[in-house]
Amino acid sequence: MGIVSRGFHGRRPTDGHKLPPGQYETSDFPVLSAGPTPRVSRDEWTFTITTETGQKHTWDWAQLTALPGQTPTVDLHCVTKWSKFGTHWEGVSLDELLADVETAADFALVHSYGGYTTNLPLEDLLDGKAWIAHTYDGEDLPAEHGGPARLLVPHLYLWKSAKWVRGIELLTEDEPGFWESAGYHDYGDPWREQRYQGD
Amino acid sequence: MNASDDAAAGRGTGKAAGSEATGTADDPGARTATGNRPRTRPLRWHAAELAERRTESPSARTLVLRVPGWPGHLPGQHVDVRLTAEDGYSTQRSYSLASAPDGDRVELTVQRVEDGEVSPYLADDMALGDLVELRGPVGGWFVWRPGQQTEPVLLVAGGSGIVPVMAMIRVRTDLGIRVPFRLLYSVRTPDDRFYAQELERGAPGLDTTFLYSRTAPPDSSRPTGRLTPQDLVAWGWPPDFEPAVYVCGPTGFVETAAAFLVGNGHDPGRIRTERFGPTGG
Amino acid sequence: MTRTPHHLDSTSANSPVSPGSASARRDGVIHEDEVHYENGGYEDGNALAGPLSEIFAVDVTAAVARCAHCGSTGPVAMLHVYPGGPGWTARCPDCTHVVLRLVRGPQTAWLDMHGAVSLAIPLPSPS
Repeated sequence: MGIVSRGFHGRRPTDGHKLPPGQYETSDFPVLSAGPTPRVSRDEWTFTITTETGQKHTWDWAQLTALPGQTPTVDLHCVTKWSKFGTHWEGVSLDELLADVETAADFALVHSYGGYTTNLPLEDLLDGKAWIAHTYDGEDLPAEHGGPARLLVPHLYLWKSAKWVRGIELLTEDEPGFWESAGYHDYGDPWREQRYQGD
Repeated sequence: MNASDDAAAGRGTGKAAGSEATGTADDPGARTATGNRPRTRPLRWHAAELAERRTESPSARTLVLRVPGWPGHLPGQHVDVRLTAEDGYSTQRSYSLASAPDGDRVELTVQRVEDGEVSPYLADDMALGDLVELRGPVGGWFVWRPGQQTEPVLLVAGGSGIVPVMAMIRVRTDLGIRVPFRLLYSVRTPDDRFYAQELERGAPGLDTTFLYSRTAPPDSSRPTGRLTPQDLVAWGWPPDFEPAVYVCGPTGFVETAAAFLVGNGHDPGRIRTERFGPTGG
Repeated sequence: MTRTPHHLDSTSANSPVSPGSASARRDGVIHEDEVHYENGGYEDGNALAGPLSEIFAVDVTAAVARCAHCGSTGPVAMLHVYPGGPGWTARCPDCTHVVLRLVRGPQTAWLDMHGAVSLAIPLPSPS
């Protein structure tokens, strides 16, 4: 640990939430990125699931929002050590989107507008664990937080909840995404503190 | 090699207390055309103790820090400041060095950002004797190398972008260098200026022009407003003087000013920019 | 092909930002969320000087990088740097492709430079 600066707290509440190891609570919603914020209108937005055989399932904005929606309230854990509790979202469950997709794949590579990618096992997108989220705190998801829509998979570190999501590729072999190929952990479980390769 | 060779000011005036002058600015062993030598010791986090704090403007404070073992620095360089809370939480911000090298004494000027995580602590809460950690000095591009650079210098600063160019001005003064400097300093109002008294006092061969974008003093000859290409022509150096140009401030200011300079005929290769970004809170 | 710095050419002079303010102000004070917006979310490569100092024995912000995607060249200090926590992404100011990535973990730093064909690093003449 570095030299302690007396009286320095950062701006952190102490609400008594249970934190994953190494995390600190915040009431902010910091914006971190790997590139410029893509500007994608709802008119041009599409989301595509591509199976390992090349079969594509595509939804435009109207089609996505016509699907049954959910309003998950979840905790967010970022690899930069901040955690934000009780965030309110609205979106479509991946269970809904994957319902009619035939696949034998075990892995997923998520693609975003702007080129960002992240990978995770397909099973981590199922059984109520993931959404394509378009509304945050009752408002349209702002662009800097990933709008028009982002993946939300809160049981993993937030870098897996790809902002500006535009598709998911189902793969029979795992393929590391943007940060996973540069040192971040392949899986990213905050409760086992899996931040970096080798953790 | 003596690490204090990096402190040109130290060599010239003996201000790098605790280090020895090892020769002249022309000593080829001490410096190259780019001044880039392998360091004699790895950069590490230095403990820095707050010795003094001064008000620069309603929202800015200058911190005077004592940093034992400080190796000196070039004007334009910066440090990363690390703060660690008692529960182990830590965060970092970058700040430009405001002062000329002066032994173990280092000055930073911090602008308080409302709701900022770090700047309110540095500007207000930190008490004399409290500690932070500094990594540096770092930066080898946005620097002025006295003794090597002999061309006139044009400094264009917006808001808190004045900090690193002030270090250049102070080093020039400390070393008694005669290279002509022109400073254009853009701020909203006279109260927002950092180092106002020092800049008004001036120095031989330093011409300073304040550009007010919101409220100017009643006797101003220049109409109030943002930096224009004409300002750079009127108060800057002409391109054929081939000045070294340093532009610093928020991204929008830097991009605009640099574009104006190129439009006025300055060689982009002579323009060095430093943008202050979102980590400045 | 030398980079014609698009952001330094005379056609990019239409920024709406007031040069006299350190950032957009509300109530006369600077708010941290406004600091982010106004700066476009990125800094320049000068911000990498500290993190890279842990890896390189010399300063590399003055090194000239050649973008592997568009071929333009310029100092690392002029890359557009996006801070993403432990992960830094530095992009070509001309074509926005990633030139360099740096992740600082507790015991390892990952440095990916496949977006740069080469770095020309100023060094002293061998003595």
